[in-house]
Amino acid sequence: MKRNLLLALGFVSVVITLYLIFVWVPTITEMGIVERIFYLMVPMGWLALLAFVVTFAGSVLFLVKKQDRWDFLARSSAEIGIVFTTVTLFIGAIWAKPIWGVWWTWEARLTATMILWFIYLSYFVVRSFATDEHRGAVFAAVVAIVGLVDVPIIALSTTLWRGMHPPALVFKGDIAPEMLLVMLTSVGTFTILYVFLLMLRVSVRRDEAEVQRLKELDR
Amino acid sequence: MTFWNKVIAITWKDWLSEMRTREVVSSVLVFTLLVILIFTLAFGADRELMTTVAPGILWATFAFAGVLSFSRSFVPEKEHGCLEGLMAAPISREVIYAGKGLSSLLFMLIVEAIALPAFAFFSNVPVLSPQIILVTFVTTVGFVAVGTLFSALSANTRAREMVLPVLFLPIVIPILISAIKVSELALTGEPWSNLFTWFQIIGAFDLVFLAVSYLVFDFVIVE
Repeated sequence: MKRNLLLALGFVSVVITLYLIFVWVPTITEMGIVERIFYLMVPMGWLALLAFVVTFAGSVLFLVKKQDRWDFLARSSAEIGIVFTTVTLFIGAIWAKPIWGVWWTWEARLTATMILWFIYLSYFVVRSFATDEHRGAVFAAVVAIVGLVDVPIIALSTTLWRGMHPPALVFKGDIAPEMLLVMLTSVGTFTILYVFLLMLRVSVRRDEAEVQRLKELDR
Repeated sequence: MTFWNKVIAITWKDWLSEMRTREVVSSVLVFTLLVILIFTLAFGADRELMTTVAPGILWATFAFAGVLSFSRSFVPEKEHGCLEGLMAAPISREVIYAGKGLSSLLFMLIVEAIALPAFAFFSNVPVLSPQIILVTFVTTVGFVAVGTLFSALSANTRAREMVLPVLFLPIVIPILISAIKVSELALTGEPWSNLFTWFQIIGAFDLVFLAVSYLVFDFVIVE
């Protein structure tokens, strides 16, 4: 029931966001039409991080409380997170081509996102190469914890190393109010989508575990 | 026995077995020298080009050497059933982490102490400066902090040799970047004060990961 409400809310907000991006907001900066990619890139990047934080929280709770449901949460969030991270990288490349003239450059946030993607990947590698399911879950939780602790250090070192990304306009306060409104709406919409997907995935995973348990009872 | 006595006992055990088998240091050293040889050969006799690429080569080499040496840190313990002995001993798991980490650090430093002059010799780049020696030491501590944890973890997976680099390399990228940067600046003759920020990043990484690995080590060590 809660999920259906969320779905309805998500649907409405997607329609509103699309209207805002393609009809309502004027082209503001000198980048031209390309700037509209921001309204997709910013929420994707935000969710790549948010999903990882949720994975981290789930992993810590799983290691402390030893209840499978926390692992379900962590793993489902990581699955969605790696998709968002991949999309961020692709959108980043599509944006970089007209603005910087190249598909890929070793720019700070692009580099950091790439490293994050590899950490997400190692989370799944460890799971699939573990000798049994439970051990894989514990190992993956360790990887998630180590990975999240690494994120601020990665961000710091890549920023000092390279910096040609437009500085975070939002924090400098000189972003046009229209842009900010659309960006925040878009972030909200995609966060609803994330929560919806997460709930769906966790419930599927819970059902799988239940089926597995019943099968073992039968044997 | 105090904490450190037990740690030293484990390190001493590794040292003795290394002295008898010469398994880790010699193989990692040969590998490291070969990588250096291939890189210096690939970039040829162009002195200016060599100075530009030297920091990158140096740290790519040490990162690979790290992967190789950490892959030999826990696997022999497991193969010879020694891990069960360690776990049955009346010591906490953290002692095992510290002891194995210390011996890995020792082996890595021995390899680097030979590889660094060798690199200077083959490439004609003056990498034997105090700045580069110091950054090699602190970065190796960071490698060991993460590498020992992942070595124990990957020893319990299938296809260990493949899992370890996939785990280890993305995590150490920030200190790799910093170490490359320090080496670059040191080679262009920048004063110590300009290197300070990078040393701070590596130092922070070392402290954070020694603490985190120490805390989660208990979860990765299983029979």
